Amino acid sequence: MADDERVTGADAADTADTEDAENAADTDAIDGELATNEGERFDRLPATSAERTVAGRVSRKEVLEYYDERFGIPPETFADYTFWEKGAGKIWVYAGEAPSPTAVESLGMLCLRTRQEHWKPTTDFVQRFGQHATECVIDLDPDAAARFVAGEDQELDWDGDWGYLIAAHEMAGEREPLGIGLYVYDELRSLIPKGRRRDL
Amino acid sequence: MEPFERYRPIIDDFEAFLAACERSLGSAVRVNTIKATPERAMATLDVESVGYEQADWDPRVLRLETDSPGSTWASFHGFTHGQEEVSVIPPLVLDPEPGERVWDACAAPGSKATQLAALIDDRGTVVANDNNLGRLSALRFNAERLGATSLAVTNDDARNYSLQPFDFDEFDRALVDVPCSCEGTIRKNPDALDEWSMGHVRSIAGIQTGILRRAVQATRTGGTVVYSTCTFAPEENEAVVDRVLAREDCEVVPFDLALEHDPGLTEWDEETYDPSLAEAARIYPHQNDTGGFFVAKLEVTG
Repeated sequence: MADDERVTGADAADTADTEDAENAADTDAIDGELATNEGERFDRLPATSAERTVAGRVSRKEVLEYYDERFGIPPETFADYTFWEKGAGKIWVYAGEAPSPTAVESLGMLCLRTRQEHWKPTTDFVQRFGQHATECVIDLDPDAAARFVAGEDQELDWDGDWGYLIAAHEMAGEREPLGIGLYVYDELRSLIPKGRRRDL
Repeated sequence: MEPFERYRPIIDDFEAFLAACERSLGSAVRVNTIKATPERAMATLDVESVGYEQADWDPRVLRLETDSPGSTWASFHGFTHGQEEVSVIPPLVLDPEPGERVWDACAAPGSKATQLAALIDDRGTVVANDNNLGRLSALRFNAERLGATSLAVTNDDARNYSLQPFDFDEFDRALVDVPCSCEGTIRKNPDALDEWSMGHVRSIAGIQTGILRRAVQATRTGGTVVYSTCTFAPEENEAVVDRVLAREDCEVVPFDLALEHDPGLTEWDEETYDPSLAEAARIYPHQNDTGGFFVAKLEVTG
Protein backbone atom coordinates (compact mmCIF):
# COMPACT_ATOMS: atom_id res chain seq x y z
CA MET A 1 0.00 0.00 0.00
CA ALA A 2 2.88 2.36 0.71
CA ASP A 3 3.64 2.37 -3.00
CA ASP A 4 0.41 4.28 -3.45
CA GLU A 5 1.73 7.15 -1.42
CA ARG A 6 1.42 10.34 -3.36
CA VAL A 7 4.06 13.02 -3.43
CA THR A 8 3.54 16.09 -5.56
CA GLY A 9 5.88 18.87 -6.59
CA ALA A 10 9.61 19.06 -6.11
CA ASP A 11 10.02 15.73 -4.34
CA ALA A 12 7.67 13.87 -6.65
CA ALA A 13 10.23 11.29 -7.66
CA ASP A 14 11.33 10.59 -4.11
CA THR A 15 9.17 7.57 -3.61
CA ALA A 16 9.61 6.08 -7.06
CA ASP A 17 11.54 2.84 -7.23
CA THR A 18 13.40 4.15 -10.27
CA GLU A 19 15.00 6.82 -8.16
CA ASP A 20 15.78 4.28 -5.45
CA ALA A 21 17.61 2.29 -8.10
CA GLU A 22 19.56 5.32 -9.28
CA ASN A 23 20.60 6.17 -5.75
CA ALA A 24 21.59 2.57 -5.18
CA ALA A 25 23.78 2.69 -8.28
CA ASP A 26 25.49 5.87 -7.02
CA THR A 27 26.18 4.29 -3.68
CA ASP A 28 27.50 1.12 -5.28
CA ALA A 29 30.22 3.14 -6.96
CA ILE A 30 31.27 4.54 -3.59
CA ASP A 31 31.03 1.27 -1.71
CA GLY A 32 33.21 -0.63 -4.15
CA GLU A 33 33.38 -4.32 -3.33
CA LEU A 34 30.33 -4.48 -1.06
CA ALA A 35 27.50 -6.77 -2.16
CA THR A 36 24.33 -5.32 -3.66
CA ASN A 37 20.95 -5.46 -1.97
CA GLU A 38 18.68 -8.38 -2.86
CA GLY A 39 15.13 -7.16 -3.18
CA GLU A 40 13.23 -10.41 -2.57
CA ARG A 41 14.32 -11.13 0.96
CA PHE A 42 14.59 -9.39 4.32
CA ASP A 43 18.05 -8.55 5.65
CA ARG A 44 18.54 -7.28 9.17
CA LEU A 45 20.21 -3.87 9.34
CA PRO A 46 23.78 -3.90 10.68
CA ALA A 47 24.18 -2.29 14.09
CA THR A 48 26.51 0.38 12.70
CA SER A 49 27.74 1.36 9.24
CA ALA A 50 31.15 -0.16 10.09
CA GLU A 51 29.47 -3.58 10.16
CA ARG A 52 27.78 -3.04 6.82
CA THR A 53 28.18 -5.77 4.20
CA VAL A 54 25.73 -4.53 1.57
CA ALA A 55 26.26 -1.40 -0.47
CA GLY A 56 24.04 1.52 0.47
CA ARG A 57 22.38 -0.23 3.38
CA VAL A 58 21.77 2.04 6.34
CA SER A 59 22.55 0.89 9.88
CA ARG A 60 20.27 0.54 12.87
CA LYS A 61 22.24 3.36 14.51
CA GLU A 62 21.51 5.70 11.61
CA VAL A 63 17.79 4.86 11.73
CA LEU A 64 17.60 5.52 15.47
CA GLU A 65 19.58 8.76 15.05
CA TYR A 66 17.24 9.88 12.29
CA TYR A 67 14.08 9.35 14.34
CA ASP A 68 15.74 11.00 17.35
CA GLU A 69 17.22 14.00 15.54
CA ARG A 70 14.28 14.72 13.24
CA PHE A 71 11.34 13.92 15.52
CA GLY A 72 12.79 13.62 19.02
CA ILE A 73 11.70 9.98 19.29
CA PRO A 74 14.00 8.49 21.97
CA PRO A 75 16.19 5.65 20.64
CA GLU A 76 15.16 3.47 23.59
CA THR A 77 11.65 3.40 22.07
CA PHE A 78 13.02 0.75 19.72
CA ALA A 79 15.06 -1.27 22.23
CA ASP A 80 12.95 -4.39 21.66
CA TYR A 81 12.66 -4.01 17.88
CA THR A 82 14.84 -4.99 14.97
CA PHE A 83 15.10 -3.16 11.64
CA TRP A 84 15.19 -4.88 8.26
CA GLU A 85 15.62 -3.96 4.61
CA LYS A 86 13.66 -5.49 1.74
CA GLY A 87 13.86 -3.71 -1.55
CA ALA A 88 16.36 -0.91 -1.92
CA GLY A 89 15.97 1.48 0.98
CA LYS A 90 12.70 0.15 2.31
CA ILE A 91 13.14 -0.30 6.06
CA TRP A 92 10.83 -2.43 8.23
CA VAL A 93 10.45 -2.45 12.00
CA TYR A 94 9.76 -5.84 13.58
CA ALA A 95 9.16 -7.12 17.11
CA GLY A 96 9.29 -10.87 16.37
CA GLU A 97 11.93 -13.50 15.73
CA ALA A 98 13.54 -14.22 12.37
CA PRO A 99 16.97 -15.20 11.02
CA SER A 100 18.75 -12.90 8.58
CA PRO A 101 18.32 -13.13 5.69
CA THR A 102 14.85 -14.58 5.38
CA ALA A 103 12.45 -14.88 2.46
CA VAL A 104 8.98 -13.90 3.66
CA GLU A 105 6.32 -11.50 2.42
CA SER A 106 6.68 -9.04 5.26
CA LEU A 107 8.18 -8.57 8.72
CA GLY A 108 6.36 -6.11 10.96
CA MET A 109 5.67 -2.84 9.19
CA LEU A 110 7.32 -0.75 6.51
CA CYS A 111 8.56 2.25 8.50
CA LEU A 112 11.06 4.29 6.49
CA ARG A 113 12.42 4.91 2.97
CA THR A 114 16.11 5.76 3.00
CA ARG A 115 17.51 5.65 -0.53
CA GLN A 116 16.59 9.22 -1.34
CA GLU A 117 18.06 12.52 -0.18
CA HIS A 118 15.37 13.07 2.46
CA TRP A 119 14.38 9.99 4.39
CA LYS A 120 10.65 9.48 4.60
CA PRO A 121 8.74 7.71 7.40
CA THR A 122 5.51 5.94 6.53
CA THR A 123 2.08 6.99 7.73
CA ASP A 124 1.58 3.61 9.43
CA PHE A 125 4.83 4.07 11.36
CA VAL A 126 3.80 7.57 12.40
CA GLN A 127 0.45 6.33 13.64
CA ARG A 128 2.15 3.54 15.62
CA PHE A 129 5.16 5.38 17.10
CA GLY A 130 4.48 9.08 16.45
CA GLN A 131 3.13 9.71 19.94
CA HIS A 132 6.77 9.56 21.13
CA ALA A 133 7.71 12.49 18.85
CA THR A 134 8.45 15.94 20.29
CA GLU A 135 9.76 17.77 17.22
CA CYS A 136 8.56 18.32 13.66
CA VAL A 137 4.99 17.63 14.73
CA ILE A 138 2.42 19.98 13.22
CA ASP A 139 -0.82 20.21 15.18
CA LEU A 140 -3.89 20.59 13.00
CA ASP A 141 -7.26 22.01 13.99
CA PRO A 142 -10.32 19.82 13.33
CA ASP A 143 -10.97 21.25 9.87
CA ALA A 144 -7.33 20.99 8.78
CA ALA A 145 -7.11 17.45 10.19
CA ALA A 146 -10.11 16.35 8.16
CA ARG A 147 -8.66 17.89 5.00
CA PHE A 148 -5.30 16.23 5.68
CA VAL A 149 -6.90 12.80 6.11
CA ALA A 150 -8.86 13.33 2.87
CA GLY A 151 -5.53 13.78 1.09
CA GLU A 152 -5.77 17.54 0.51
CA ASP A 153 -2.79 19.87 0.39
CA GLN A 154 -3.29 23.10 2.33
CA GLU A 155 -1.54 26.39 3.11
CA LEU A 156 -0.59 26.47 6.77
CA ASP A 157 1.82 28.40 8.96
CA TRP A 158 4.77 26.47 10.33
CA ASP A 159 7.85 27.94 12.06
CA GLY A 160 10.06 24.87 11.97
CA ASP A 161 12.07 22.98 9.38
CA TRP A 162 10.67 22.23 5.97
CA GLY A 163 10.45 18.62 4.91
CA TYR A 164 8.61 15.62 6.29
CA LEU A 165 6.47 16.38 9.33
CA ILE A 166 4.21 14.34 11.56
CA ALA A 167 0.71 15.76 11.28
CA ALA A 168 -1.34 15.37 14.46
CA HIS A 169 -4.61 16.50 15.95
CA GLU A 170 -6.31 16.39 19.31
CA MET A 171 -8.68 13.47 19.69
CA ALA A 172 -10.63 12.93 22.90
CA GLY A 173 -8.16 14.98 24.92
CA GLU A 174 -4.92 13.52 23.59
CA ARG A 175 -2.59 14.40 20.74
CA GLU A 176 -2.94 11.70 18.12
CA PRO A 177 -0.68 11.39 15.06
CA LEU A 178 -2.51 11.32 11.72
CA GLY A 179 0.25 10.55 9.29
CA ILE A 180 3.17 11.98 7.38
CA GLY A 181 3.06 15.28 5.53
CA LEU A 182 5.56 17.23 3.45
CA TYR A 183 5.91 20.90 4.33
CA VAL A 184 7.36 23.12 1.59
CA TYR A 185 6.63 26.69 0.40
CA ASP A 186 4.11 27.43 3.20
CA GLU A 187 2.07 24.39 2.21
CA LEU A 188 1.46 21.11 4.00
CA ARG A 189 1.09 18.31 1.50
CA SER A 190 -0.82 15.28 2.69
CA LEU A 191 1.04 12.02 2.03
CA ILE A 192 -1.70 9.80 3.40
CA PRO A 193 -1.70 6.75 1.08
CA LYS A 194 -4.74 6.58 -1.19
CA GLY A 195 -6.07 3.46 0.52
CA ARG A 196 -5.96 5.16 3.92
CA ARG A 197 -7.68 8.44 2.95
CA ARG A 198 -11.11 9.09 4.41
CA ASP A 199 -13.75 11.80 4.29
CA LEU A 200 -14.38 12.32 7.98
CA MET B 1 -32.00 -21.64 2.98
CA GLU B 2 -32.66 -25.11 1.59
CA PRO B 3 -29.23 -26.51 2.53
CA PHE B 4 -30.12 -25.72 6.15
CA GLU B 5 -33.08 -28.10 6.23
CA ARG B 6 -30.81 -30.98 7.13
CA TYR B 7 -29.96 -29.21 10.40
CA ARG B 8 -33.57 -29.26 11.63
CA PRO B 9 -32.92 -32.29 13.90
CA ILE B 10 -29.88 -30.75 15.62
CA ILE B 11 -30.91 -27.10 16.15
CA ASP B 12 -33.26 -26.15 18.95
CA ASP B 13 -35.98 -23.73 17.85
CA PHE B 14 -35.18 -24.25 14.19
CA GLU B 15 -37.72 -21.60 13.08
CA ALA B 16 -35.94 -18.97 15.19
CA PHE B 17 -32.67 -20.10 13.60
CA LEU B 18 -34.08 -19.63 10.09
CA ALA B 19 -35.58 -16.26 11.01
CA ALA B 20 -32.23 -15.05 12.38
CA CYS B 21 -30.49 -16.17 9.19
CA GLU B 22 -32.89 -13.94 7.22
CA ARG B 23 -31.97 -10.83 9.21
CA SER B 24 -28.98 -8.77 8.13
CA LEU B 25 -26.15 -8.40 10.60
CA GLY B 26 -25.16 -5.11 12.24
CA SER B 27 -21.66 -3.60 12.19
CA ALA B 28 -19.34 -4.88 14.86
CA VAL B 29 -15.77 -3.73 15.47
CA ARG B 30 -12.97 -5.04 17.62
CA VAL B 31 -10.93 -2.55 19.63
CA ASN B 32 -7.30 -2.88 18.55
CA THR B 33 -5.50 -2.79 21.88
CA ILE B 34 -2.15 -2.33 20.15
CA LYS B 35 -3.24 1.26 19.57
CA ALA B 36 -6.02 2.03 22.03
CA THR B 37 -7.84 0.86 25.13
CA PRO B 38 -11.58 0.22 24.82
CA GLU B 39 -12.06 3.45 26.82
CA ARG B 40 -10.03 5.49 24.34
CA ALA B 41 -11.76 3.92 21.35
CA MET B 42 -15.17 4.65 22.88
CA ALA B 43 -14.15 8.23 23.76
CA THR B 44 -13.17 8.72 20.11
CA LEU B 45 -16.50 7.37 18.88
CA ASP B 46 -18.20 9.70 21.39
CA VAL B 47 -16.37 12.72 19.96
CA GLU B 48 -17.52 11.86 16.45
CA SER B 49 -21.06 11.02 17.63
CA VAL B 50 -21.03 7.43 16.44
CA GLY B 51 -23.31 5.35 18.65
CA TYR B 52 -22.19 1.97 19.93
CA GLU B 53 -22.99 -0.77 22.37
CA GLN B 54 -20.23 -2.63 24.20
CA ALA B 55 -20.69 -6.41 24.03
CA ASP B 56 -21.44 -7.85 27.46
CA TRP B 57 -19.21 -10.86 26.82
CA ASP B 58 -16.05 -8.94 25.85
CA PRO B 59 -15.23 -5.24 26.45
CA ARG B 60 -13.21 -5.10 23.22
CA VAL B 61 -16.22 -5.85 21.02
CA LEU B 62 -18.39 -2.87 20.07
CA ARG B 63 -21.60 -2.96 18.05
CA LEU B 64 -21.67 0.27 16.04
CA GLU B 65 -24.73 2.21 15.03
CA THR B 66 -23.37 2.93 11.57
CA ASP B 67 -23.23 1.10 8.26
CA SER B 68 -19.74 2.44 7.61
CA PRO B 69 -17.54 1.24 10.49
CA GLY B 70 -14.48 1.92 8.32
CA SER B 71 -15.32 5.62 7.94
CA THR B 72 -14.71 6.81 11.48
CA TRP B 73 -11.80 8.53 13.19
CA ALA B 74 -11.55 5.48 15.43
CA SER B 75 -10.98 3.33 12.37
CA PHE B 76 -8.63 5.81 10.69
CA HIS B 77 -6.39 5.79 13.75
CA GLY B 78 -6.48 2.00 13.88
CA PHE B 79 -8.29 1.99 17.23
CA THR B 80 -11.02 -0.22 15.77
CA HIS B 81 -11.21 -2.92 13.14
CA GLY B 82 -14.41 -4.13 11.51
CA GLN B 83 -14.73 -7.74 12.59
CA GLU B 84 -17.80 -9.86 13.01
CA GLU B 85 -18.53 -10.65 16.64
CA VAL B 86 -18.13 -14.43 16.39
CA SER B 87 -14.91 -13.98 14.43
CA VAL B 88 -13.35 -12.53 17.59
CA ILE B 89 -13.79 -15.85 19.42
CA PRO B 90 -11.07 -18.16 18.00
CA PRO B 91 -8.07 -15.99 19.02
CA LEU B 92 -9.57 -15.62 22.51
CA VAL B 93 -9.89 -19.42 22.77
CA LEU B 94 -6.30 -19.83 21.54
CA ASP B 95 -5.31 -17.36 24.31
CA PRO B 96 -1.67 -16.71 23.31
CA GLU B 97 0.75 -15.03 25.72
CA PRO B 98 3.38 -12.33 25.14
CA GLY B 99 6.63 -13.70 23.74
CA GLU B 100 5.07 -16.80 22.20
CA ARG B 101 5.37 -18.10 18.65
CA VAL B 102 1.95 -18.27 17.12
CA TRP B 103 0.88 -19.52 13.70
CA ASP B 104 -2.20 -18.32 11.85
CA ALA B 105 -2.41 -20.89 9.05
CA CYS B 106 -5.06 -19.15 6.91
CA ALA B 107 -4.63 -15.55 7.94
CA ALA B 108 -5.93 -13.27 5.18
CA PRO B 109 -7.40 -10.70 5.42
CA GLY B 110 -5.82 -10.53 8.86
CA SER B 111 -8.58 -9.77 11.37
CA LYS B 112 -7.67 -12.70 13.60
CA ALA B 113 -3.91 -12.46 12.99
CA THR B 114 -3.90 -8.84 14.14
CA GLN B 115 -6.06 -9.82 17.09
CA LEU B 116 -3.47 -12.47 17.99
CA ALA B 117 -0.76 -9.77 17.83
CA ALA B 118 -2.86 -7.61 20.15
CA LEU B 119 -3.39 -10.50 22.57
CA ILE B 120 0.38 -10.99 22.94
CA ASP B 121 0.77 -7.21 23.47
CA ASP B 122 2.57 -7.13 20.11
CA ARG B 123 5.56 -8.86 21.77
CA GLY B 124 6.41 -12.23 20.27
CA THR B 125 5.98 -13.71 16.80
CA VAL B 126 2.72 -14.14 14.92
CA VAL B 127 3.36 -15.92 11.63
CA ALA B 128 0.42 -14.98 9.44
CA ASN B 129 0.27 -17.29 6.45
CA ASP B 130 -2.09 -17.46 3.52
CA ASN B 131 -1.83 -19.39 0.28
CA ASN B 132 -3.72 -16.74 -1.68
CA LEU B 133 -1.29 -14.08 -2.89
CA GLY B 134 -4.13 -11.76 -3.89
CA ARG B 135 -5.51 -11.71 -0.36
CA LEU B 136 -2.08 -11.10 1.19
CA SER B 137 -2.19 -7.42 0.24
CA ALA B 138 -5.31 -7.00 2.39
CA LEU B 139 -3.55 -8.83 5.22
CA ARG B 140 -0.49 -6.60 5.00
CA PHE B 141 -2.65 -3.49 4.72
CA ASN B 142 -4.60 -4.39 7.87
CA ALA B 143 -1.47 -5.41 9.77
CA GLU B 144 0.22 -2.08 9.09
CA ARG B 145 -2.91 0.00 9.66
CA LEU B 146 -3.39 -1.68 13.03
CA GLY B 147 0.29 -1.30 13.92
CA ALA B 148 1.03 -5.02 14.39
CA THR B 149 4.84 -5.13 14.52
CA SER B 150 5.01 -8.72 15.78
CA LEU B 151 3.53 -10.10 12.57
CA ALA B 152 5.49 -11.93 9.85
CA VAL B 153 3.59 -12.69 6.66
CA THR B 154 4.24 -15.79 4.54
CA ASN B 155 2.61 -17.10 1.35
CA ASP B 156 2.53 -20.88 1.36
CA ASP B 157 0.18 -23.86 1.27
CA ALA B 158 -0.54 -24.49 4.95
CA ARG B 159 -0.89 -28.26 4.35
CA ASN B 160 2.85 -28.70 3.84
CA TYR B 161 4.02 -25.57 5.61
CA SER B 162 7.74 -25.18 6.22
CA LEU B 163 9.19 -23.20 9.11
CA GLN B 164 12.36 -22.74 7.12
CA PRO B 165 12.06 -18.89 7.02
CA PHE B 166 12.32 -18.89 10.84
CA ASP B 167 14.96 -20.03 13.28
CA PHE B 168 12.58 -22.08 15.39
CA ASP B 169 11.04 -25.40 14.40
CA GLU B 170 7.70 -25.44 16.20
CA PHE B 171 5.00 -23.06 17.33
CA ASP B 172 3.56 -22.63 20.81
CA ARG B 173 0.08 -22.19 19.41
CA ALA B 174 -1.69 -22.37 16.08
CA LEU B 175 -4.96 -20.96 14.81
CA VAL B 176 -6.58 -23.00 12.04
CA ASP B 177 -9.42 -20.82 10.82
CA VAL B 178 -9.95 -22.60 7.54
CA PRO B 179 -11.64 -21.74 4.25
CA CYS B 180 -15.11 -23.27 4.46
CA SER B 181 -18.57 -23.32 2.92
CA CYS B 182 -19.35 -20.16 4.92
CA GLU B 183 -22.93 -21.10 5.77
CA GLY B 184 -22.70 -19.06 8.96
CA THR B 185 -22.02 -15.83 7.04
CA ILE B 186 -25.48 -15.87 5.44
CA ARG B 187 -26.54 -12.75 7.36
CA LYS B 188 -23.59 -10.82 5.96
CA ASN B 189 -23.53 -12.44 2.51
CA PRO B 190 -27.09 -13.35 1.48
CA ASP B 191 -25.68 -15.21 -1.54
CA ALA B 192 -23.45 -17.41 0.66
CA LEU B 193 -25.50 -20.50 -0.23
CA ASP B 194 -25.68 -19.86 -3.98
CA GLU B 195 -22.69 -22.06 -4.72
CA TRP B 196 -23.45 -24.58 -1.97
CA SER B 197 -23.17 -28.27 -2.83
CA MET B 198 -22.45 -31.41 -0.85
CA GLY B 199 -19.58 -32.07 -3.23
CA HIS B 200 -17.98 -28.75 -2.33
CA VAL B 201 -18.44 -29.46 1.36
CA ARG B 202 -16.72 -32.84 1.00
CA SER B 203 -13.84 -31.56 -1.10
CA ILE B 204 -13.10 -28.61 1.16
CA ALA B 205 -13.20 -30.95 4.18
CA GLY B 206 -10.18 -32.72 2.73
CA ILE B 207 -8.25 -29.47 2.57
CA GLN B 208 -9.34 -28.54 6.10
CA THR B 209 -8.12 -31.88 7.42
CA GLY B 210 -4.74 -31.40 5.75
CA ILE B 211 -4.30 -27.95 7.26
CA LEU B 212 -5.32 -29.02 10.77
CA ARG B 213 -2.98 -32.03 10.64
CA ARG B 214 -0.05 -29.83 9.67
CA ALA B 215 -0.90 -27.37 12.46
CA VAL B 216 -0.84 -30.14 15.07
CA GLN B 217 2.49 -31.39 13.70
CA ALA B 218 3.98 -27.87 13.73
CA THR B 219 2.93 -27.14 17.34
CA ARG B 220 5.02 -28.21 20.34
CA THR B 221 3.91 -30.87 22.78
CA GLY B 222 1.66 -29.20 25.33
CA GLY B 223 0.87 -26.44 22.85
CA THR B 224 -2.60 -25.40 21.73
CA VAL B 225 -4.35 -25.56 18.37
CA VAL B 226 -7.72 -23.95 17.75
CA TYR B 227 -9.82 -25.11 14.80
CA SER B 228 -12.64 -22.88 13.60
CA THR B 229 -15.00 -22.38 10.69
CA CYS B 230 -17.92 -20.11 9.88
CA THR B 231 -20.10 -23.00 8.78
CA PHE B 232 -22.61 -25.36 10.36
CA ALA B 233 -21.71 -28.39 8.22
CA PRO B 234 -20.58 -31.21 10.55
CA GLU B 235 -18.53 -32.64 7.65
CA GLU B 236 -16.31 -29.54 7.90
CA ASN B 237 -16.35 -29.30 11.69
CA GLU B 238 -16.58 -32.30 14.02
CA ALA B 239 -15.74 -34.78 11.23
CA VAL B 240 -12.50 -32.94 10.42
CA VAL B 241 -11.40 -32.79 14.05
CA ASP B 242 -12.40 -36.44 14.53
CA ARG B 243 -10.19 -37.53 11.63
CA VAL B 244 -7.23 -35.54 12.95
CA LEU B 245 -7.70 -36.97 16.46
CA ALA B 246 -7.28 -40.42 14.94
CA ARG B 247 -4.14 -39.54 13.00
CA GLU B 248 -2.18 -37.01 15.07
CA ASP B 249 -1.13 -36.74 18.73
CA CYS B 250 -3.72 -34.38 20.14
CA GLU B 251 -6.90 -34.24 22.18
CA VAL B 252 -9.94 -32.00 22.41
CA VAL B 253 -9.96 -29.85 25.55
CA PRO B 254 -12.73 -27.76 27.11
CA PHE B 255 -12.76 -23.96 27.11
CA ASP B 256 -14.89 -21.18 28.52
CA LEU B 257 -17.12 -19.25 26.16
CA ALA B 258 -19.33 -16.48 27.48
CA LEU B 259 -21.64 -16.54 24.45
CA GLU B 260 -24.60 -18.88 24.32
CA HIS B 261 -23.69 -21.97 22.29
CA ASP B 262 -24.41 -25.64 21.72
CA PRO B 263 -21.94 -28.48 22.33
CA GLY B 264 -20.21 -30.07 19.35
CA LEU B 265 -21.91 -33.09 17.79
CA THR B 266 -20.84 -36.64 18.56
CA GLU B 267 -22.95 -38.20 15.84
CA TRP B 268 -24.22 -37.09 12.46
CA ASP B 269 -25.51 -38.77 9.34
CA GLU B 270 -24.93 -42.30 10.66
CA GLU B 271 -21.38 -41.49 11.72
CA THR B 272 -20.16 -41.18 15.30
CA TYR B 273 -17.38 -38.91 16.45
CA ASP B 274 -15.04 -39.03 19.42
CA PRO B 275 -17.07 -38.20 22.56
CA SER B 276 -14.64 -35.36 23.37
CA LEU B 277 -16.10 -33.40 20.47
CA ALA B 278 -18.90 -32.43 22.83
CA GLU B 279 -16.31 -29.98 24.24
CA ALA B 280 -16.37 -28.04 20.96
CA ALA B 281 -18.77 -25.13 20.49
CA ARG B 282 -21.45 -24.50 17.85
CA ILE B 283 -22.77 -20.96 17.74
CA TYR B 284 -26.04 -20.39 15.92
CA PRO B 285 -27.24 -16.96 14.73
CA HIS B 286 -30.39 -16.93 16.86
CA GLN B 287 -28.54 -17.60 20.11
CA ASN B 288 -26.64 -14.29 20.39
CA ASP B 289 -27.85 -12.39 17.31
CA THR B 290 -24.50 -13.00 15.53
CA GLY B 291 -23.19 -14.99 12.60
CA GLY B 292 -22.72 -18.75 12.87
CA PHE B 293 -19.49 -20.37 14.01
CA PHE B 294 -17.74 -23.56 15.10
CA VAL B 295 -14.73 -23.69 17.44
CA ALA B 296 -12.74 -26.60 18.85
CA LYS B 297 -9.69 -26.37 21.11
CA LEU B 298 -6.99 -29.03 20.87
CA GLU B 299 -3.96 -29.74 23.02
CA VAL B 300 -0.96 -31.34 21.35
CA THR B 301 0.07 -34.45 23.28
CA GLY B 302 3.14 -35.70 21.47
